[in-house]
Amino acid sequence: MTAEKPESRFERLKDLPSAHLLGAGTAMCAGCGGLEAVKEVYDVLGKKTVFVNAAGCMTLTAIYPFTPFQGSWLYTSMASAPAGAQGVRDALDILKANGRISDDEDLDVVVLTGDGAAYGMGLSATSGAIERDLDFLYLCYDNEGYGNTGQQTSGATPLGARTSTNTLGFTGKKKNLFDIWAAHDPAYVATAIGSEPLDLARKVEKAAGLTGPRLILALAPCPTGWDYDPRETVAIGHLAVKTGIWPLKEYVDGKVTHTRIPHPRVPVEKYLKLQGRFRHLFEPERNEAVLAKIQSRVDAYWAEVENGPQ
Amino acid sequence: MTRLLLTGNAAAAWGARLAGAEYFPVFPITPQTEIIETLGRWIDHGEMDGRMVILDSEHSMITAAGAGAAAGVRTFTATSSQGLLYGMEMLYTVAGWRVPLVLVNVSRGLSAPITLEPDHNDILAARDSGCLILHAATCQETVDAVLLATRIAEDRRVRLPVIVNLDGFYLSFTREPVTLPEASLVSRFLPDIDPANYSFRADKPVSEAVAVLGGGPYSYFRYETHLAALAAQAVFDEAAGAFADIFGRTYGALQKYLSDDADIVFVQMGSFATKAQDAVDRLREAGVRAGLVRPFLVRPWPADALRQALKNKKAVIVIDQNLSMGMGGVLHSEVACALYGHNDIPDVLMSAIGGLGGRDIVYAEYAALAEEAMHAFASGTTPPPRLLYTENELREMRKLQAIAAVEGLEDKEDAS
Repeated sequence: MTAEKPESRFERLKDLPSAHLLGAGTAMCAGCGGLEAVKEVYDVLGKKTVFVNAAGCMTLTAIYPFTPFQGSWLYTSMASAPAGAQGVRDALDILKANGRISDDEDLDVVVLTGDGAAYGMGLSATSGAIERDLDFLYLCYDNEGYGNTGQQTSGATPLGARTSTNTLGFTGKKKNLFDIWAAHDPAYVATAIGSEPLDLARKVEKAAGLTGPRLILALAPCPTGWDYDPRETVAIGHLAVKTGIWPLKEYVDGKVTHTRIPHPRVPVEKYLKLQGRFRHLFEPERNEAVLAKIQSRVDAYWAEVENGPQ
Repeated sequence: MTRLLLTGNAAAAWGARLAGAEYFPVFPITPQTEIIETLGRWIDHGEMDGRMVILDSEHSMITAAGAGAAAGVRTFTATSSQGLLYGMEMLYTVAGWRVPLVLVNVSRGLSAPITLEPDHNDILAARDSGCLILHAATCQETVDAVLLATRIAEDRRVRLPVIVNLDGFYLSFTREPVTLPEASLVSRFLPDIDPANYSFRADKPVSEAVAVLGGGPYSYFRYETHLAALAAQAVFDEAAGAFADIFGRTYGALQKYLSDDADIVFVQMGSFATKAQDAVDRLREAGVRAGLVRPFLVRPWPADALRQALKNKKAVIVIDQNLSMGMGGVLHSEVACALYGHNDIPDVLMSAIGGLGGRDIVYAEYAALAEEAMHAFASGTTPPPRLLYTENELREMRKLQAIAAVEGLEDKEDAS
């Protein structure tokens, strides 16, 4: 017996919204992979939303008196956007419960932060919101560093990446935020990327249909922070998926499902070589040890996906 | 009229309940916790309506409180000391959001060294935040201050968070008889929450707290907040007038005790000022015309009222239960700032630090300060600021240090 596949509005690329909600002319960098994801997410969620923002690049989308958002917005601080979401959600629920606003006036609460807040300073507030089963969507644009301040190492920086505070390459490991969320058993956790708009739209659609804590974790290729030509954003995004370095997956009802299994996988070098932040791994001479380590971690990850824990 | 024996913490909880607060983002910390436990129990047992949520920190708590208030619900929360400082970023932030909420701070000395008993460095660290501050000295004042704070915070001319301060242990855990305001009268004093305060509705999208670029727009919003805080002086007077009419208890920005005909006036804040009040009585019995001026409203700072109250006094002694390291008493400098450059100001303005971490201030110290003030008036020389500490206290401290030294030696011997 086959399980009935849930219906999606988004079967093919042409099903994606053709009219876009997010206004143009923001202060984001050319080729911003974060803005790409936000734009796609916003088109699916719609304007009956309030974005609760933490300090990061996207804070500069709304500068007085302009905003690209047609719905509402609240800037909080770097550490406490999920707590801001709690306050708004609770208040709207109280107002609905005593009839001071109608259901039509209600809003979906969306936390919008970068990886600096999501992986680091905001983790306590996030964990609290999940444990309280707060009904909210968390959208993280992950550009693997404190991008807004010039790409210092964050909790999301991967092995080998050169940052402005690890100029010889980061020697630690990218934190696994997907599993940290999943360990809380929330309603939904998904990874995504703007260069795979259909996969992203389906996940946002699915998340929007659920209640409880939900995360869309979007890898956000960053021309300025990752040091590449802005026109390469989509190509780098495709390679992030094809090399298997950014697995596309979701967690629902205690189960992790990969929405794309790259086969055969492109060697990670193809992805790394396009980015200045990894150039030191190739020249003046190849750093075989680090390159092998990055590849072997990706290989081990997918071996476990395909064959179960080794 | 209901008269109960209540702790300061229970009085604060009653204030929130009578004010009709409906949203309680909270986090526990000694000596405040009884407030949120009391409210939680009432909500759980259906004695009052409300939604309580435990956040992961005071930083998150103040964020949620500000966001809830922005969305248009009457919001109350409470903290102490380290918690207030942990949430300090958000105190400034929610004041900038111009949202009405009431936060009770139960004062406790700041780390390090970590301690539980009170002084005012915590609340005074918030003095520049944009939050207004009322400082209660009794349990009755605590319940009344929460009602006053709610009305002032929500006034369209103000729209700022208000902190009601009370001292840990000495007030938070002290039971005093309290006359609870009648709920039916409270509804005359406090209107329903102003619909103009609502944000975040699907049909009325709004962007709150967006970034600004440059000093021009930034200064504009900062000045607006300052002007609103200044406007709160008149709003406080109106609210206090209405409160007196309805409940028969009168509150001034300054609570004065025998200060009108006094030669020497103590200026002191909070529950320890009741010690000063007692000292005033005893000094008067001894023939010294002493008085007390106690700031009840701390932000906005009632400079005009202070000038009036201290006009032509021989000497003013500011007793600060706080210490700005490398400077001295915070209230002393604020009083000096209110007076300097004006006519008919006191001849002598003295400073004393006392009551840090709950250290007692005894009558002998008030008497000694009063005597010194009389000498200062006569000689025209202001004495240096005093750090109140007795020889006996120093001796006890030396004893502890001697014990620590001996214990340290023994530990080393054991290890060898």
